[in-house]
Amino acid sequence: MAERLELPDGDWQRVSPRLVVSEYVSTVVSTAVFAIVVTVGMLLFWPPLVWLYIPVGVIALIALVIIPRRVRSIGYRLRDDDLLFRRGILYQRFVAVPYGRMQLVDINRGPLSRMLNLSELKFVTAAASTGVTIPGLREADAETLRDRLVALAETRRAGL
Amino acid sequence: MTDSPSSGNGTSGSGAAAHLADGEWHRLHPASPLLKGGIALIAILGVVLANMRERIFDLFVPTFPQEGDPVDYIVNHGLIGWALVAVAVVLIVLIIGFYASWRMHLFRITDEVVEVRSGILFRTNRKARLDRIQGINIIRPFFARLFGAAKLEINQAGQDANVQLSYLSSGAADNLRREILRLASGTRETRAENAAASAAAGSSVIERRVSEFLAPELDPDAAPPESVVKLDLGRLIGSMALSGSTVFLLIVVAAAIAWIATTGNFLALLFAIPGAIGFGSYYVRRFTKSLRYSIAGTPDGIRVGFGLLSTSNETLPPGRIHSVQVSQPLLWRGPGWWEIKVNRAGHSSTKGADGQANTTILPVGDRNDVRRVLELMLPELLAQASGDPAPGGSTPSGEPDAIRSAINVIESGLESPGGPDDGFTNSPRRAAVLRWFSWRRNGFAITEGSLVLRKGAIWRQLVIVPQPRLQSVSMHQGPLLRPLGLATVHLHTVSGPISADIGAIDRDAAIQFFEDVARVAVSAAQSDTTHRWRSGEATA
Repeated sequence: MAERLELPDGDWQRVSPRLVVSEYVSTVVSTAVFAIVVTVGMLLFWPPLVWLYIPVGVIALIALVIIPRRVRSIGYRLRDDDLLFRRGILYQRFVAVPYGRMQLVDINRGPLSRMLNLSELKFVTAAASTGVTIPGLREADAETLRDRLVALAETRRAGL
Repeated sequence: MTDSPSSGNGTSGSGAAAHLADGEWHRLHPASPLLKGGIALIAILGVVLANMRERIFDLFVPTFPQEGDPVDYIVNHGLIGWALVAVAVVLIVLIIGFYASWRMHLFRITDEVVEVRSGILFRTNRKARLDRIQGINIIRPFFARLFGAAKLEINQAGQDANVQLSYLSSGAADNLRREILRLASGTRETRAENAAASAAAGSSVIERRVSEFLAPELDPDAAPPESVVKLDLGRLIGSMALSGSTVFLLIVVAAAIAWIATTGNFLALLFAIPGAIGFGSYYVRRFTKSLRYSIAGTPDGIRVGFGLLSTSNETLPPGRIHSVQVSQPLLWRGPGWWEIKVNRAGHSSTKGADGQANTTILPVGDRNDVRRVLELMLPELLAQASGDPAPGGSTPSGEPDAIRSAINVIESGLESPGGPDDGFTNSPRRAAVLRWFSWRRNGFAITEGSLVLRKGAIWRQLVIVPQPRLQSVSMHQGPLLRPLGLATVHLHTVSGPISADIGAIDRDAAIQFFEDVARVAVSAAQSDTTHRWRSGEATA
C-alpha cells in the first residue's frame, strides 16, 4: 500500500461510529426504493426480468460491506493554523483549509442523524471547490468544534 | 446641460471629485433617468407612432372605419380629448417618477464605506466597505458617451454585489474613482489637486464632448500615459481568424457543402442565414470589445480599458487577482501568441469579449506582452529579478531546489518542452500513460509569492496563483492514479474560468507540495496587506 496517500505525523480525529448506522439505514432505504421502482417498472412495461435484482443486490451488499471502512476513513485534524480533512478509500481526498479563510460554518442535522444524536459540520470558504463537510459528529462535539473554529478564524482573519 | 451644485456634474476637475467624496450625500448626473430608462421610453413612443402612422393618416383622410380597435372606439365615441388627457397624465406621471427617482437616488463616500440610497416606494440602501473593493469600472455606453456621461461601478465580491453609480459626468467619474481608490488604499497622503480640468480642453460644450470622446481611455494624470501592450489590428484579426470558433465554422461549412454535394439537397442553406448572423455577431462583438485595448499600471493597481463605441475602463487594485492563466491554443503557436485570463472575486456587469463575465486581461499578445502584463499583475512574482524582496511572499524552508528565479520559471513555464531540471517538479516518466505528450512539462513550482502550475504540451498553459489569495488546497488519488503512484493537487481559489489543478504528479512530490502549499497559504495570508494596499507608505 505504499502508493496510497498518507500524511506523516499526527493523529486524526475520527467521527462517531454511529455514522455507520445512519449510512446503513440510508443505503437500505435507497436500495428498497430502487427495487420498488424496478418492480413496478417490470410489472407495467417490461417482461419480468428477475435477474435485474441481482446487480441491485450485489451493489447494495458491497456498499454495506464498505460503509464501515468508509466511515473510518473520515478524519480531521486541527493544526496550528489550518484544518486538515480527509475522507475516502478508493477515492482519497485531503483538504487543508487555513482558519482565516473560513467564511462561515454550518451545522446540519437530518431527521435520521437527529435520532442518532449526530450532526454534520460544513465549512464554507470563498472558493466553491473547497467542499469540506464533516459528517457524523456528536452534537455537543459539533457545537464545540464550531465555536472553536469560529474563534480561531476570528484571530486569524484575512481578506479574500 | 443643466448644472446643479450637488449633482455629479463636475467637468471642472478634481474640485468636484473631492466634493463628491467628502462624506456628504450627493445626487447623480441629472440626465441619468433619461440615459437609464428614458431611452427605452422614447423607443416605445417611436414604435407606437410608427404603428399608428396609418391611423393618423386615416384621421385626415377618413376611410371605412374598422370595428374592434381601441383607436376606432375612441374616434367613434368622440373621446379624442379624453385620450389626449390620458396620454398627458401618463407622461406627467412618468416624468415625475423619473424626477423623483433621481431626487431620491443619493450616494456618499466616506473614509470607510460607499453608500447608496435609492427607490421611491421600495427603498434600498447599500453600503460597501472600501477595503473590500475588488475593482472599479468606468463604463461609457455609446449613447451616454454622446452626452458625456459615464457609469461608475464598484465591484465587490459576491453575486450581484456591485454598487453602481449611473450616471455621472465623464470627468467626475474619473476623479471620483481616483478619490475612492485613494481612500480605499489606506494611504494618508492627500493627493495634490493636480487634475485641473484635463478633459475640458475646449470651452464650448460641443468641443468638450468631442475631446472627451476622442480622449484615450487612460486619463493622463492617473496612469503612465502609455499602455504596456499595443494590440494592433492585424494581430487582433489574426487571433480571431486562428481561433477555435473559426475552425468550428470551417468544419460546419465544409460539412454543409459535402452534404449539398452528395445529396443535391439545398435544405442546408436554410441554416446558413441564422448561422451567419450568429457567427457574424460573435466576431463583431469580439472585435469591437477588443479594439482600443489598453493595460497600464497605476499606483492603485492595473487599469484595463477596451471598447470602440461603448468603452469600459477598469481598475483592479493590487491583490484582487486570485489566479492567472496564460494559455496558448494550438493554432496560436505559429505566431507565438498568448492569452491571459484571471479569476476574480467581483465581476463587473459589462460582458467581456466572449460575452461572458469579463475575465480576459490580455486578448492576444506575444511573449513580451505577456511578460509585461504579468509584471503589472504580479509584481511580487518578478520582484526577485530586481533584487527586491516580495512583501507577502514566503518560501518553504525545506525545498530550496524548488525556488528558482521567477523569471526563469515564467520563461520555461511558457515554452519549455520540460525536462528534469527546469525549476518545475514534473511528472515522472510513468505518468506518460495519462499525459501522453505533456508528462515532461506537467509540473508545479513554488516561487516567491506565487504557486505556478504548468500544463499541456499541445494546448500550453501556465496557471499562477498568488499565495495570499489561496483559499484552500486539496489532494486526490483515485483508483486510476493509485497503481501508478501518482496524485492530483488542486489549489482552490474563487470561482472563475481557471481551475488550478495539476494531475498525474508523483505521489511523494504531491504530498510534499500539499504540505508546502498549506504552510505558505497560512503565512502569506497573514502577512498580506493588500486590502489597504498603500497603508505601508510613509505618511506625507
